[in-house]
Amino acid sequence: MLAVPMMTRLTLAAAVCGIAMLQAAPSRAQQATEIRLTYSNGQFQPSQVSAPADKPISFRVKNLDAKAMEFESTSLRVEKVVAAGTEGVINVRALKPGRYEFYDDFNDKARGALTVQ
Amino acid sequence: MLAALIIVFREVFEAGLIVGIVLAVTGSVPHRNRWIGGGVLAGALAACIVAAFTGALSQLFAGMGQELFNAAILGVAVVMLTWHNVWMAHHGREMAGELRQVGQAVADGSKSLLALAVVVGVAVLREGSEVALFLYGVAASDGGSALSLAIGGFTGLVLGAGVCLLTYFGLMRIPARALFATTTALITLLAAGMATQAVAFLERANWLTSLDTVVWDTGWLLPENGIAGRTLHTLIGYTDQPTEMQLVVYAAVLLATFMLMRLTGSQATDRAVAVG
Repeated sequence: MLAVPMMTRLTLAAAVCGIAMLQAAPSRAQQATEIRLTYSNGQFQPSQVSAPADKPISFRVKNLDAKAMEFESTSLRVEKVVAAGTEGVINVRALKPGRYEFYDDFNDKARGALTVQ
Repeated sequence: MLAALIIVFREVFEAGLIVGIVLAVTGSVPHRNRWIGGGVLAGALAACIVAAFTGALSQLFAGMGQELFNAAILGVAVVMLTWHNVWMAHHGREMAGELRQVGQAVADGSKSLLALAVVVGVAVLREGSEVALFLYGVAASDGGSALSLAIGGFTGLVLGAGVCLLTYFGLMRIPARALFATTTALITLLAAGMATQAVAFLERANWLTSLDTVVWDTGWLLPENGIAGRTLHTLIGYTDQPTEMQLVVYAAVLLATFMLMRLTGSQATDRAVAVG
C-alpha cells in the first residue's frame, strides 16, 4: 500500500530533476557536435569520424562487449572507462583542424581517429 | 602479458608515489603503518566496489557521474593534504620540542594520520578501480591467456610497490632537519596538483566552463603521458595543456596553504612564547 505513493513521489521527483537538468544545460548541448560510436569485438565502429573545427564535440561511445573498455586519447586529452553494455559520454572542447587519434586503453588493437576540418 | 604489466604498472605507479611520500611524512609517528595500511586496504576495497558499479556511476548526472565522482574525491584529498600541512605548522614545533604530553601528541598525531590515511585511500581508489576493471575483463575472457595476463598484472603491481619503496627510502635519505620542509613542499604541490586535476574533471563534465582556454602547450617538450610527464603529473600536477582555470586554482591552493600555515604557525609561536 505504501509502495504506490512512494513510487509516485519518486517518479515526480525524478521528473522535476529531469526538467531542471534539461533547462540547465541547453546551450552547450546545442552547440556540441555529437559523434556516436559503438565498440564491439574489440573494435570501434566507425573507426574514422569527422567533425567541424571550433565547435565542442561530444562522443557517445556504446560498449557492446562483455568487458569494460577505456576510451582514451592523448591529443584529445580524454580518458573514460565505459563499462560493459553501457554508453559513455565524453566531452571535448572546440578543436583546431587536424587528426586526433583515440584508442581503447585496455586493448591496444582498438584504434580510431577523428578528423577535424 | 606485457600489455597487462604496463597497464597495471601505470596505474599503480601514481598511487605508489603518493603512498611513498605519505610514509616519509609520517616517518616518526607511532602506529602509522596501521593507519596507512588501513588506507590502502580501504582504498583497494572501495576500488573494487567502484569498479563493480562503474556502469551505474557513469549514468549519474547526465553521463558525467565518473567525472564528478573523481572531482569530488580529489577535492577531499586536497582538503586533507592542506589540513595536514596547516596542522603540522601549528603542532609540529611543539611536538618536536616535546612541550606537549606524549598522550596528547599521539592523539593529535592520529588525527593527522587519519587525514593522510584518507589521502592514501583516495589515491588507491582512483588508480585501483581501473586495474580492477581491466583485470576483471581479463578474468572474464578466455582462460588460456588469462593466466599470463594475471602474471603480467601481478608483476605490474609488484613494480608499483617498488616505486613506493623507492620514493620512501629516497626521501628518508634527506636529513631529518630538512625532511620536514621537503615533505611540506611536496604535500603542498601534491594538493595543488590534485586540485587542478579536479578542475580538469569538472571541465570535462561541462560544469566548469569559464576560463577554459588552454594557456600553453608543452606536449612537444614534455608529453604528459611519458614517464617523466606522468611522474611530474602526480607530484606537482604537471599538465602539458593547462587551462587558465587550472593555473588560477593551482596558484590559489599554494597561496591558501602558505597563508594558513603562516597564520597558524605564528599563533603556535606566540603561545609557546607566552608559556615560556
